[in-house]
Amino acid sequence: MSETKKFLYVNRKAPYGTIYALESLEVVLIGAAFEQDVSLAFLDDGVFQLTRGQDTAGIGIKNFSNTFRALGDYDVTKLFVERESLDERGLTEADLQAITYEDENDDWAEKPSIRVVSRAEMADIMASQDVVLSF
Amino acid sequence: MKIGVVVSEGPYTHQAADTAYHFVKAALDNGHEVPRVFFYHDGVNVSTRLSVPPQDERHIQNNWTALAKDKGIDLVVCIAAAQRRGLLDENEAKRQGKDASNIAEGFRISGLGQLIEMGIQTDRLVMFGD
Repeated sequence: MSETKKFLYVNRKAPYGTIYALESLEVVLIGAAFEQDVSLAFLDDGVFQLTRGQDTAGIGIKNFSNTFRALGDYDVTKLFVERESLDERGLTEADLQAITYEDENDDWAEKPSIRVVSRAEMADIMASQDVVLSF
Repeated sequence: MKIGVVVSEGPYTHQAADTAYHFVKAALDNGHEVPRVFFYHDGVNVSTRLSVPPQDERHIQNNWTALAKDKGIDLVVCIAAAQRRGLLDENEAKRQGKDASNIAEGFRISGLGQLIEMGIQTDRLVMFGD
């Protein structure tokens, strides 16, 4: 399996309430071992997955939001967040966790993984993929 | 064309497992290959051999088992999703100290790597979900 494909994981659901977000992240982590060209997209309520300060104590469900910050260690460094989805929910980029990766092609400089893009740009990102997994 | 299929919703509550079944049959009838179907999220519930729907309803699990047998399709159930939801094959039941297993014939339990591998090895990946 030397072929490299562009994989996009599309996250549309809030982090809790349903299991889609958690099980999407599990695919991303396993998939990282296959050394494909991986991107993640966050739109609709999926933008809530990246919000900072999540506290799940009251609902008795594991808080997995810290795992997003480890994605850089798995060479998952492209997290596209749709600006319109943030706007529609009264969120800004400042409400999201700081997620970074170390760029091996730039003397391991720490760079942000999250890129806020417009809905039109998101459509282009989706169109350029080989495999799109929607969660 | 080689097509990989993902079923990501449970049987009867959602139509996804039915639509995927009809899609796979139509794809095969039209000369395409469907080497594998991957069951994820509540889709893993399709694989229970303990499902007993009323006799005048379609039997979703039996349909898949028959199709797999007839066409040689690899039906893979995600192990992590399956264990959460109480779907175990004999080996896993033994390993986890459970007194029963419930995976139907034609299905096998394996890891998420099988999903990624399917995405790499097929020309198209089609997801059936909510």
